[in-house]
Amino acid sequence: MNWTWLHKWGSPKWFYDKSGRFLPWLAIASALLLAVGLTWGLAFAPPDYQQGNSFRIIYIHVPAALLAQSIYLALAAAGIVGLVWKIKLADVTLQQAAPIGAWMTVIALATGAIWGRPTWGAYWVWDARLTSMLILLFLYLGLIALGQAITNRDSAARACALLAVVGVINIPIIKYSVEWWNTLHQPASFSLVQKPAMPMQMWLPLLLAVLGFYCFFGAVLMARMRLEVLRREADSRWATVEISRLLKDRT
Amino acid sequence: MTAFASFADFVAMDGHSAYIWSAYGLCLALMALNVVLPLLARRQYLNDAARRRRREALR
Repeated sequence: MNWTWLHKWGSPKWFYDKSGRFLPWLAIASALLLAVGLTWGLAFAPPDYQQGNSFRIIYIHVPAALLAQSIYLALAAAGIVGLVWKIKLADVTLQQAAPIGAWMTVIALATGAIWGRPTWGAYWVWDARLTSMLILLFLYLGLIALGQAITNRDSAARACALLAVVGVINIPIIKYSVEWWNTLHQPASFSLVQKPAMPMQMWLPLLLAVLGFYCFFGAVLMARMRLEVLRREADSRWATVEISRLLKDRT
Repeated sequence: MTAFASFADFVAMDGHSAYIWSAYGLCLALMALNVVLPLLARRQYLNDAARRRRREALR
């Protein structure tokens, strides 16, 4: 198999050039999708026949929770790429995606707690889904702390990659927690492959919100990675030229 | 068209307003933070780079 594409993507300069062209489109797509999806979900979707209007929290809770898990899978993938091919950009990806994943987990947990109060009568219960999501947050925090605690960049990259790969065991536990255990949390309500369990008027805004959250992640990740690449490559020829350009644009 | 009869009904959310608006407010605030913090970090980095270059130019 031909792996040149991977090494091309691993080149910091190549990434910096390409991502600069991607970023504005991702940001625009994210803003549009979120504006339409959330307005639709808040004001136009019909109320749930059991939960009334409190179900509208689904339009932020489900996208954030899905994204929190997807980002962790991305960290594990970046970890494997970093360990196997020693590509430095993989570590940049891992370090810059981890805080976004942590924030998304916080959003999922917080909105879930607020949703739980009117629906279950409690902000928090130690049920399998909630507990495994809390563990996901601790994994993210552990990764961030580990990445900052080790001063040698290569050692930090290896340690974080290992932790990311080992911690991925938690993702299927989160996904199947609602089936394996008798949880208060309801089973999955959003799937791309199965027929939606809710009317289109409820499901479509959810789809838009999910896509909006993913584009949001893409845009923020690109922005964070570009700065980190510039930082790490500051002594190289192209980065010096780029920093000069950015400084000139500012004045 | 909308699921509500009036704007006041929309805000009231059938008695669930406290839950809906606190959840959405918190979510949007945290997302805004995810945008603002990298932008501030970038500005800080460029400020430092400018200062470094001025210092090196003096030497």
